Formats: sequence, C-alpha cells, structure tokens
Amino acid sequence: MIWDSWNDFIAMGGYGRYVWGSLAAVALALAIEQWTLRARNRAAEQQP
Amino acid sequence: MSSIGTIIDERRPRAASLLRYASPQTALPLVERAIPWLHGAAALLALAGLYIGVLLAPTDFQQGDAYRIIFVHVPAAWLSMLIYVAMAFWAGVGLVLNTRLSAMMASALAPTGALFTFLALWTGALWGKPTWGAWWVWDARLTSELLLLFLYIGFMALQAAIPDPRRADRAGAVVALVGVVNVPVIYFSVQWWNTLHQGASVSLRSAPSMATPMLLGMLVMTLALWAYAIGAVLQRLRAIVLERERHAAWVPRHLGASA
Repeated sequence: MIWDSWNDFIAMGGYGRYVWGSLAAVALALAIEQWTLRARNRAAEQQP
Repeated sequence: MSSIGTIIDERRPRAASLLRYASPQTALPLVERAIPWLHGAAALLALAGLYIGVLLAPTDFQQGDAYRIIFVHVPAAWLSMLIYVAMAFWAGVGLVLNTRLSAMMASALAPTGALFTFLALWTGALWGKPTWGAWWVWDARLTSELLLLFLYIGFMALQAAIPDPRRADRAGAVVALVGVVNVPVIYFSVQWWNTLHQGASVSLRSAPSMATPMLLGMLVMTLALWAYAIGAVLQRLRAIVLERERHAAWVPRHLGASA
C-alpha cells in the first residue's frame, strides 16, 4: 500500500481525473458490451 | 516395427475429432461451457491487476501517477492489434476452406476489436493531455491506430450492407486481409518514425524498462482483458450461430436441451 490517506488515493497525485477517467471508460465500455451481447443472445434464443 | 502407413493411420482419428468442432453444431456446446469460466477468470485477474496497479505499484519518477493509465491503455492497445490479426486469420481460413464457422468467428471478433481500439485511443487521449499537453496529435502511432478503428468499422459496415451472409463473409475477408498490413505499421511506428508516442516498454528481445510491480500489474491486466475479450467474442459467436442457423433442425433441439 503506497497511499497515506483515502484522499491521496482519490487524488492520484493530481492526475485523478485522468487515471479514474480511463478506468471508468474501460469499465463502462465493457458493461455496455455485455448488456448488448446478453440482449442479442436472448433475442437469438427466442426467434422461431 | 511400425511403418509410416500405420503412423498416418493412427493420427487420422485425432485430426478428424478436432475437425468436428469446425461445425457450428458441435462447437456450440463447447463455446457455451467456456464462457462462464472466461468471465470468472477475467473478473479475478482484473481484481488482482487493479490491486497491484493502483495500490501496490510505486509512483513513476517522471510521469507521477498519470502513468497508471498504462494498466488499461497498453492491454487495450495490444488486444486491438491481436484481435485484428485473429479476425484476418479466421476470415482467411473461411475464404480458403469455405468453412462457415471460421467466417462467423471473424464477424464475432470485429466489434470487440473495434471496442478495444476505441479504448486504446480514448485512454491514450486521457494520458496524452497531462503528459504531452494535447488530447490528440497526428503522430504515426496514433494515426495508424485510428486507421485500425476505421478498418474494423469498414469490415462491420460492409458485412452489414450485404444481405447474403456467405457473400458478406467473403467481402469482409478481403477487407480484413488487406487491412492486416496496418498491424505491423502500428507496432513498429515508434521505431520507423520520430513519434511523440513513447517507445515500447516491453519487448521480446530486451529486458523490460519498468519496475517489477508496474510490469506485473500490466501483465495481469493484459491477461484479464484477454480472458474478457475471448469470453465476449464467444458470446457473440453463439448469437451469430443461433441467428444464422435458426432454420436448422438442431437449433431448437439444442436450445431445448440447454434450457
């Protein structure tokens, strides 16, 4: 553990916006892909 | 004493049993069994990789904590190139051997490849702003990666525009195979041209120029995103198989058995 406090961890040495923004972008993109993939598979199972 | 004839005869059944999985009907149960394992591995590896990346790895002496974007940027960029090569490979196999499942695999790879290309560019912009002072520069690395995104989009748009799936497979394969030239251009761009983008931190020929926890975090995150990507591609492959083979007698049987 390299951080002294919770605030330090969030601030990321002043680069918090960029670091957390990158991680959030990846998490959001993968969540959206999973959502669309599950919907597509459900639709494919229902068709005649 | 065994002759060459018997050796060949002994090998034939094994090759034939592997080729059975070239048929969508036999491959689908295998695909469905692999998906939860891949998602589980991706989740565990991502937790471990993020733990190393944001809690253990030290602050970089030049870039401060901005460098931590590397833990998603480099794995996404590697995957964007690797998925393209895999897509071109399966498209090529489908074109030459006329196997349906190979072409479906190429189509299943494209959207996930495009997504990781987009993420490599997006996280790259978030890294470029604090370190270079610009979200975007027209440097060889960035420009060739943007071209990769357009190749993926072109492949998907072309396939979507052709109603007959087998013709769409063949047309897409040509685009995929022509575009594969761009992958070594991306990879070697930092050596061939004088780019703002930094050179490779990890290569097969030299020791990595990074501290051990940084390198470890990056490799674990790479494995996590690989596992995720393979899982997502197989999910899409399953949907494509069910959509294209819906008139085949085995599909309702299969869905009935697994429900």
